[in-house]
Amino acid sequence: MRPDASLLDATGLVRRYEMRRGIFGAAVEVRAVDGVSLTLERGRTLGLVGESGCGKSTTGRLVLGLETPDAGSVAFEGKPMPPPGSAPWRALRARMQMVFQDPLGALDRRLTIGAQVREPLDIHEQGDAPARAAKVARLLAAVGLRPDQAARYPHELSGGQRQRAVLARALATDPALLVCDEPISALDVSIQAQVMNLLVDIQAEFGVAMLFISHDLRAVRQVSHRVAVMYLGRIVEEGEPDAVLHAPAHPYSQALVSAIPHPGKQGTRIVLQGDPPNPADRPTGCAFHPRCAAAVARCRAESPDLKARPDGRLVACHVAHAETALSRAA
Amino acid sequence: MSTLVALRGLKVSFAGQPALRGIDLSIAPGEALGLVGESGCGKSVTWLAALSLLPGKATIEGSATLGGEELIGAPARVLERVRGGRIAMIFQDPASSLNPVHRVGKQLAEALRLHRGLTGDAARAEAKRLFDLVGIPDAARRLDAYPHEFSGGQNQRVMIAMALAGQPEMLVADEPTTALDVTIQAQILDLLRSLRREFNMALVLISHDLGVVADTCDRVAVMYAGRIVEEAPVARLFAAPAHPYTRGLLGALPPITGPRRRLAAIPGGVPEPWAMPKGCAFAPRCAARIAACDAGVPSATELAPFHVAACLRAHEPAALEMEPA
Repeated sequence: MRPDASLLDATGLVRRYEMRRGIFGAAVEVRAVDGVSLTLERGRTLGLVGESGCGKSTTGRLVLGLETPDAGSVAFEGKPMPPPGSAPWRALRARMQMVFQDPLGALDRRLTIGAQVREPLDIHEQGDAPARAAKVARLLAAVGLRPDQAARYPHELSGGQRQRAVLARALATDPALLVCDEPISALDVSIQAQVMNLLVDIQAEFGVAMLFISHDLRAVRQVSHRVAVMYLGRIVEEGEPDAVLHAPAHPYSQALVSAIPHPGKQGTRIVLQGDPPNPADRPTGCAFHPRCAAAVARCRAESPDLKARPDGRLVACHVAHAETALSRAA
Repeated sequence: MSTLVALRGLKVSFAGQPALRGIDLSIAPGEALGLVGESGCGKSVTWLAALSLLPGKATIEGSATLGGEELIGAPARVLERVRGGRIAMIFQDPASSLNPVHRVGKQLAEALRLHRGLTGDAARAEAKRLFDLVGIPDAARRLDAYPHEFSGGQNQRVMIAMALAGQPEMLVADEPTTALDVTIQAQILDLLRSLRREFNMALVLISHDLGVVADTCDRVAVMYAGRIVEEAPVARLFAAPAHPYTRGLLGALPPITGPRRRLAAIPGGVPEPWAMPKGCAFAPRCAARIAACDAGVPSATELAPFHVAACLRAHEPAALEMEPA
């Protein structure tokens, strides 16, 4: 394994579901994820932003191997992902962990916090009993829980403390990758800040890479090194968080950025027309064209590829690429 | 400035546990007030109490008046005229506020019959007008749809149309956009702003998101543990927040520009109702806490016209700089 190899490489991931309308309705194919490629380096964070139904959570499950892609492949540490359920896959699961939105749902309410943080060590048979106990104590301290809270049950902790416990448990097996699916959206504002700070600290201390899935661009900027914007199963823009936030290239990213409510924010707001599209009823061409103010005839017919602009930003938009081409020709 | 709604010393407790510990608030006709705070601070309970929508085990003290008329303990006959007719309310999850087995047009017509006495074709015509007003495309046909055929944003538009059916003087919107996507949130906030202008309707926007309040409201009241801790015009609150809790909330928002710094998270969590501190409820989490904070609940002091904060040290801004936790 080369040290410079990226930790995670996903290429052309596709995940389809079948959905029936009514009991006797014909099956409709829903493409939740439609050709997503992403790369994650060691110790870095990739933010995945998008609205509900855009496939960001499915992408997270695909890269963990919790779901098998219908097309495309995932490589972890340079090696292809073993089939789910197999022994090598189970062994690999210790190296990659998931953190969910609702910490109360992710914890077992009949087990103490200490027992739950210890469980992954038991399952993956890491260390002997004293080593496991010492590790639990160290993990609880790392996420900012007091030692006595190991004996508490989930309902005795506040929302922020529960999410800390979930993080401690996810870190138990020293994973190289954490997939955090909306880890802060169920929390209050002041607690969100605590958890975001904690994620940054954890990364500094454990060197873990993160896939941070969120609908909140502000939170993504706070914790990520790169950000990918998803729309209807595809990545439409990818780049540095500051670059994407300050000069979004894709019309959808532009709308998303302008929709962020922020105290003291200046400028006009782009209000997108229409509803988020239905993945079962995907528009032809660029999926965003029915809501896009910049759409031209080509957008209806031809789906744009995710291509790099001269500045390195990846954008999937005919209009954005035509503009860069024009400005270079001029 | 005339007053439309006035709350005076409003207190609510559930089975002896205080949820609301004395709220004083006035809303002028046509004004937009934001009510901000974290879960459990009592921002929703305030309005449920004012409209007597709380379950029987809640004890309510104090007064809530609408145009001078007392609402607390008022007979059902009075309240039924007020609820929906003069003060309407919309909630976070529109889909659960609508009846899933009735067509939305029928539900809207019911509201029109109750509040305005409209029936038959007149009700249907008015329902269609309201649907057009709240921006539901193809209104005439969509009246016959069921709630599950609408998206979340459209269901919230239906709820807003129903709230407007009684031509209320005030709309209480309880986290109206929390369950919605960011781009849909922008649409709904836009709609609320334009409706307010059009009908000169007062708006109380309950939210945990300071950003949402900042671009919709004229005035903000920040609540913490059942009390209002700071109240100010929007621009003033964001430019010169005085209460350490307000400062903490603002510091906890990730910035969208500038260098990435550590967020100034407020340490700890909200006190439980049964373990409320004797003095200032925020003192255990406050970086500027002094001995006097624990002695008693600080009273509201006026810092500038219309800017009030309930903090002993609100006059010393330097002391209140929050250290990053």
